[in-house]
Amino acid sequence: MIDMMEQITRIAGVNPRKCMRCGKCSGACPAYDEMEYHPHQFVSMVENGRIDELMRSKGIYTCLSCFACVERCPRSVEPAKLIEAVRCAVERQQGMDRLRPEAVPGLLNPDLPQQAITSAFRKYRK
Amino acid sequence: MMKFSYFPGCTLKTRGAALDRCGRAAAEALGFALEELPEWQCCGAVYPNARDEIATRLSSVRALMAARDAGTELVTLCSACHHVIKRVNGDIRRDEDIRAKVNNYLKPEAPYAGEAEALHYLEVLRDRVGFDAVKQKVAAPLAGMKIGAYYGCLLLRPSKELAFDDPENPSVMEDLIRALGAEPVVYAMRNECCGGYVTIENPDYAKKQAQRIVDNAKALGAECLITACPLCMYNLRANTDGSLPVYYFTELLAKALGVDGEEAKQA
Repeated sequence: MIDMMEQITRIAGVNPRKCMRCGKCSGACPAYDEMEYHPHQFVSMVENGRIDELMRSKGIYTCLSCFACVERCPRSVEPAKLIEAVRCAVERQQGMDRLRPEAVPGLLNPDLPQQAITSAFRKYRK
Repeated sequence: MMKFSYFPGCTLKTRGAALDRCGRAAAEALGFALEELPEWQCCGAVYPNARDEIATRLSSVRALMAARDAGTELVTLCSACHHVIKRVNGDIRRDEDIRAKVNNYLKPEAPYAGEAEALHYLEVLRDRVGFDAVKQKVAAPLAGMKIGAYYGCLLLRPSKELAFDDPENPSVMEDLIRALGAEPVVYAMRNECCGGYVTIENPDYAKKQAQRIVDNAKALGAECLITACPLCMYNLRANTDGSLPVYYFTELLAKALGVDGEEAKQA
């Protein structure tokens, strides 16, 4: 059986061991204040196998997928992909969807674009 | 006449109808045809960052295959559709594993290997029509307007895959603004995130993101903002103090070309 760290790097398709701790990802991240583990720490924790802590962190839901970290990473570690992989590892478990269809009507308003709901479903539900 | 396959996407048929309607009217005025793909499906809304997700890539591949089979480039107006479709096309070209699984799943008559070209409408204006030609067609220049271009994330990043513009210092929308006779206002936050889908579960967080963009644009002298994305439009309107009007770039384009009248609205 492959361990969780191996599973995360497989889902992400990137290698956290290439990180050289320059911190550009965290410097560029607009969600920095909304994450208990900032992007450069997130990468390091994946590398050190601390997956359980990351799976319990709120940062996996506050990443905006804006790709600022991906753009600025000089080593192609692409932190957003590791964050997405941990979120997938959580949401692919039975009963762990973050957003359920029953909740959607309560979230709608007359101006909200359909795109917002479809995006949220893709991000918060597997 | 230049012909393109056109993928409108979910929101352009509903809340973002002005982006679509004005885009079509402007295309006609500029002399290129947008032929809507028959029976298109949702692009997927967000690019699947997980490399092992195949099903969420399939609808983009179907759109790309339809464009290939029609022998035309595939144009989108929504930044998000463009982002997803262009990156999935890149996956198919680069990643043998994804390509094999997608083709196994879809079993198309001719396997898809990334032959189609995905273009954003702004790329069509810049690279196929040319801003000089746009300028010549302007009937009602937007003289005196100070416009801030809001790019957001999805048009620009990751630049290695999108190859749309300089990700840190883009210029395509500023060039468009100049071609329309208005004055572009360059401000620092034009390529920062509007908050995106977090508005669904955490509007306060989205408000923080969107308001700082508006504040920065205003401080630099912008009188309005333009965007290519319905979700950015929503965040910049609903999650700010509303002090800057926000338009789709196609609305101002149609206006300057003199085709934003009632006929265009009924189209």
